[in-house]
Amino acid sequence: MNNQDPIAVFKTEALEQLELIEAGLLDLTRDLEDKAQIDAVFRGLHTLKGSGSMFGFDQLAAFTHHCETAFDRVRKGEAPATTELVSAVLDAQGHMLALLQTPNGDHEAMSAKLLDNLHRAVGGSAKAATQSAAATAEQAGKPAPAASGLSTWELTFTLPANSMINGTNPLGLLDELRELGEAHVEALCDNVPPLEEIDPREVHLSWRVTLKTDKPKSDIEDVFIFVMDDMVMDLKQTEAPAPVAEKAPAARPEAAADNAPQAAASPADAAKAQQPTDAKAQKQADNVRVPALRLDEMMDRVGELVIAQSRLSQMASSAADLGLRSVSEEIERLAGELRDTMMVLRMMPVASLFSRFRRLVHDLARETGKDIELITEGEMTEVDKTVIDRLADPLVHLVRNSVDHGLETPDDRIAVGKSPVGRVHLSAHQTGSEVVITIKDDGRGIDRARVRAKAEANGLIQPGAQLSDQELLQLIFQPGFSTAEKVTNLSGRGVGMDVVKKTIETLRGAIDIKTTPGEGSEIALRIPLTLAIIDGLLVRVGSGRYVLPLSAVEECLELSLEEDLKSRGRSFISLRDDLVPFLRLRELFRTGTQPDPFQKVVVVSTGTERVGLVVDQIIGDHQTVIKNMSKLHDHVSAFSGATILGDGNVALILDVAHLIAAGQHQEAQLRAAG
Amino acid sequence: MSEATHKADPRAIWKGADEISVLTFCLNGETFAIEAVIVQEILDLLPETSVPGSLPFVGSVINFRGKVIPLADIRVAFGMEAGNVTIDSRIIVTELDLEGQTTLVGMRTDKVFEVTSLPASASEPPPIVGMRWRPDYIHALVKREGEFIILPNLQAIFSSQQNNALQATG
Repeated sequence: MNNQDPIAVFKTEALEQLELIEAGLLDLTRDLEDKAQIDAVFRGLHTLKGSGSMFGFDQLAAFTHHCETAFDRVRKGEAPATTELVSAVLDAQGHMLALLQTPNGDHEAMSAKLLDNLHRAVGGSAKAATQSAAATAEQAGKPAPAASGLSTWELTFTLPANSMINGTNPLGLLDELRELGEAHVEALCDNVPPLEEIDPREVHLSWRVTLKTDKPKSDIEDVFIFVMDDMVMDLKQTEAPAPVAEKAPAARPEAAADNAPQAAASPADAAKAQQPTDAKAQKQADNVRVPALRLDEMMDRVGELVIAQSRLSQMASSAADLGLRSVSEEIERLAGELRDTMMVLRMMPVASLFSRFRRLVHDLARETGKDIELITEGEMTEVDKTVIDRLADPLVHLVRNSVDHGLETPDDRIAVGKSPVGRVHLSAHQTGSEVVITIKDDGRGIDRARVRAKAEANGLIQPGAQLSDQELLQLIFQPGFSTAEKVTNLSGRGVGMDVVKKTIETLRGAIDIKTTPGEGSEIALRIPLTLAIIDGLLVRVGSGRYVLPLSAVEECLELSLEEDLKSRGRSFISLRDDLVPFLRLRELFRTGTQPDPFQKVVVVSTGTERVGLVVDQIIGDHQTVIKNMSKLHDHVSAFSGATILGDGNVALILDVAHLIAAGQHQEAQLRAAG
Repeated sequence: MSEATHKADPRAIWKGADEISVLTFCLNGETFAIEAVIVQEILDLLPETSVPGSLPFVGSVINFRGKVIPLADIRVAFGMEAGNVTIDSRIIVTELDLEGQTTLVGMRTDKVFEVTSLPASASEPPPIVGMRWRPDYIHALVKREGEFIILPNLQAIFSSQQNNALQATG
């Protein structure tokens, strides 16, 4: 089963590791004394170095080693954590990403430059770091080891059965132990199964090692650093360092500190140190890493199951067989539950999306010399994974835009009486079947006059054209549009914003802009929660059947005959004293059929507007698996997709927002003609 | 006729080979042929769902094995009248490259004949005059048994019809 490319697995894990390192570093920029974060960063660097060299990413391993060394010193209190160090390592973290992506590329110059920065940041005291000494050599130079004191350790360890598959070589581990000192190795064969049951790929042996060494406990533990989480290990000191007894306490607290922040020199050391790793192992066991592709395949299967199920329930409802009907109902319930579970599987909190902006804003602040504070809110809001993946680029553009065009320089801000620190607010929340992601800044806002002038100059609109406020602001999403007077490294080239609009449209979302000159602007991206399956309302217009997203439907009512006749001229019905305009889909689609005697109105809303859609028949609710239409039907905007009904026929899914626009267009034409 | 005023090489579709394997079918009495490699499947007529607001060229969609695919009628592109549905009517499902995206498209036909091979030597470029069809819609004409087999340029037909559609919606 385990047929994944180990390099690919390493890369995913390394990327996660890099993210953790980055998050830790960014937290450190706020609180330099945060011991837990220093440890976390060190652990991350250490793991990255180790697994990097294991998988042949030598450049990455060598480079990471220097950062690790620097952090090791901080961790041990030999060097202070400084802002310079943190930002040097942050830069280095970006470089590690490059080293990971292109392990064979030429990174020498960049590496050298970053290391130079790093060494400067660590200061003169870190001379040792400039020599590319191996970690062990480094540790040999530490004050603690007490070269004269030999202590005897008794170590028993059992590796997990599958560890050889993951690349662990027990012989290598034993060799490393032997390097530490005089070792006596004894294999324990208690768990070896009878010959016919032996799986040669698995580890069946345990080992007991008696080791005489002058090295501290942490060195012994370091041997097992990559298998620590899964293995069973028992490490006891049987003989304290013989000659100088008082050296032991000096060595022991340090050993404990390697594993856990609480340094208690008691026999409970080992147990305490074990706890966090146990908890970590537990946490890992609770999560399963699944390739997104498999999830997508499963989603397709569930989609087909839902279609087959609705066919079954259609057959069952027309059959007289009670048994069949109850089975069909049960399957309907199960398929529904399966669908819901599947949807949840694909949901991810937007936190993973937002977290990368902390880094972006940090970098932007440095590049532009602006003081920027990023506030995020609603990180736990969950969105379909596809949406998260596709939103990353547009959000980068929007945040860059806010920082570059929106926020003023600190001096300008003080001049207009604002706090010198500019704020970018990134938030997410769910409303109904939509997720709204908002990027808000308290900068200078969008200058409507300049947008208009620019659009006229570019020929996007006719001079003096009548535009609504929203239409005018939406012009900034036109290709090639930029009001920035000078092109900066960040934005102003006029590419980007049209990408934002395109991406949001492919996600069937919409963009709202609000802006107040001098106070800032707010761009809201409204995205449907899911892209795969929706609850729909099946209606019939003429001989065609159509699906309306149930989330857009407010109510259904009958269009009485008088009202039908009365409304010929004006196309409005009154609904509880509100006038609601309506569209006759039969006319819009030119079905050429006679209307059914009792016309129905489905009232739908699109955020701000309510509109009634006149249909011939309301068939009922329908689990709709959305299928995309081909490029050949791209120009037909009345439909957002299609679905397959229980009888195998295709029904089109009505795009409510576009339909209303189309209706308004037709109405305008009628008015102009008549 | 042999004067090379027409830009496209009629034999381009043979890609240097002597013969090409094609599927022949009938539309309003004319014999057409498309490359056999792009044919996915030949289907009996299926229930169609018409798409209001689309062009008559691709006026409807069908359910092809759980996928919703457009159903095209290349008669429209050639200005032919819509044919009657007969017991021989079939849908040919083809895989086309539309703007870099591989798309499954169904095509209506009156009758499907056979998979056969056409020699490059028998091909002729479409005549510039004396033909009611747009010459760029046709790769080549192949003479066989006293009649012409038309090799339509599906790529050109689909992209120009799509452009029409975009212009129509503005």
